[in-house]
Amino acid sequence: MNDPDERKPVRWTPGTVMVHAFLYLFAFATLYPILQIVTISLRPSDQLYSTSLALIPEGATLKAYGVMLTQKPFLRWLANSAIVSLAVTLFGVTLASTAAYAFSRFRFRGWRAGLYLFLLTQMFPATMLMLPMYVLMRTLGLLDTFAGLVVAYTATALPFCVWTMRGYYDTIPVELEQAALIDGCTPWQAFTRITLPLASPALAITALFSFMAAWSEFLVARIVLSRQELFTLPLGLESLAGQFQTEWANYAAGSLMVCVPVMVLFVLLNRSLVSGLSLGGVKG
Amino acid sequence: MILRAPRHFPYALLAPSVVVMLAVVLFPLGYNIWLSFRNMSLYHFRDHVFVGLEQFQLILSEPLFYQTLGKSLLWTGVNVVGHVTIGITLAMLLNGPIKGKVLLRMLLILPWAMPQYISALTWRGMFNYEYGAVNLILGQWFHLPAIPWLSDPFWAFVAPVITNLWLGFPFMMIVALGGLTSIPQELYEAADLDGADRWTRFWHITLPSLMPVMLPAILLGTIWTFNSTLVIWLVSNGGQPADSTHILVTYIYKAAFTYSRYSYAAAFSVIVFLILLGFVVHVLRDATRGEEARS
Repeated sequence: MNDPDERKPVRWTPGTVMVHAFLYLFAFATLYPILQIVTISLRPSDQLYSTSLALIPEGATLKAYGVMLTQKPFLRWLANSAIVSLAVTLFGVTLASTAAYAFSRFRFRGWRAGLYLFLLTQMFPATMLMLPMYVLMRTLGLLDTFAGLVVAYTATALPFCVWTMRGYYDTIPVELEQAALIDGCTPWQAFTRITLPLASPALAITALFSFMAAWSEFLVARIVLSRQELFTLPLGLESLAGQFQTEWANYAAGSLMVCVPVMVLFVLLNRSLVSGLSLGGVKG
Repeated sequence: MILRAPRHFPYALLAPSVVVMLAVVLFPLGYNIWLSFRNMSLYHFRDHVFVGLEQFQLILSEPLFYQTLGKSLLWTGVNVVGHVTIGITLAMLLNGPIKGKVLLRMLLILPWAMPQYISALTWRGMFNYEYGAVNLILGQWFHLPAIPWLSDPFWAFVAPVITNLWLGFPFMMIVALGGLTSIPQELYEAADLDGADRWTRFWHITLPSLMPVMLPAILLGTIWTFNSTLVIWLVSNGGQPADSTHILVTYIYKAAFTYSRYSYAAAFSVIVFLILLGFVVHVLRDATRGEEARS
């Protein structure tokens, strides 16, 4: 953390006590739905209809986790999601870092139109993309493949990533690259050796955002993937949530196993998140 | 031109992204517009014909359009105002000397880290009339009567709003936190010398300094919220009760994929798209004008 306040002792006045009480209560309320998933995942099958608010249910059991890992194709879905998400992250970071650099460092014909094009995608109602996308993928034979999904997800995540990266590049002094050019670097070398390393907080956000876009997407995956062995996690888990009540504990256990890695990632990237996003926003 | 480089260099940098965007944007846009002038539906799946503006006339003559438009505006307004207010409030409180600040910040961004479909399905379970945690808490802790969250049209709209407020405030909080750290401390010291009270400092220093950072986030947030199908769809289980909770985009989704009225849905999408396009062009015209003048 970069703020010196962290070590400053707190002066306890009625005001600061109230602020603390408010923040901790708010954090508890925020956390509560997540605790609910934990509770449900631990419920034995005879307690699915329970009116108890106990966080650890009576007769708590880890059975649902075992069921998910051994009897359900959970690991298969996990692998599918990981393949798709990592591919999207790779493409997303590559495309966003180069395109954003062009928008930040150069003014060219179509500069404004280009920026608008990226925003344009954000304005599409989801249905406007899904029906045509289905037809396109069907024509190209991309249904029930990951390739179609990867392209669709990369395009969905790209606008936000480009805008974030561009804002961050704008805060890096252009003199650094100008000096490098004078010293005989090519523009490409100036970009990859000087600007890119300095932009690593923004790169982290771009990576996280691309990953998340793919990791939790549901609506497009549902029309592209129909074979169960190709299901990504959202499709797989939804298929459990939609079935019999007895699957609720399994669903909750699976959800938790999906959420935890992402949350750990968020916590680890916490610091970059603040600096990368805020600086990214300065220039819009 | 800020940096000197061969003319083709920026285009080369942009090319891959533009190709991807065109494939996923231009084709659907064109196809969707073409479809909106035809009568493709379950009954006319292969033999659909050109019908001109018929679909548009139909939509604009239905009272339903204006109702869902109103709901969309309400949904977007309440959510965005809520996200920004909660986000800025939390960020300002967290910016002072707080015990356990790092832990609090970590906990408070967790809703953002949860995949939305899991959040939505979990909240739907929590809004269950008899067994849901929300009514159990209202009853057991506060001795309040149970609320028919998912069966009453009013509460069935409030439920997704609560869910979405929960989902969205961490993003604004993070953006605001970053913005707060970039405000020079001297501004506040100068204000102290002038004897400004807390309220004055907030309105005249904090808020104006935050705005350049917040505005892009608010613009994106507005578009995302206006277009968010998933939360209402999953929490209200596809618009229940009796299709009364729909906003524009969830209604389109239902028209397309439940009722198979493809051309009708396509025309509806075009209308929604035009509404958003008008809004964004209007906001952005002011935002980028200054930038181009600088170059």
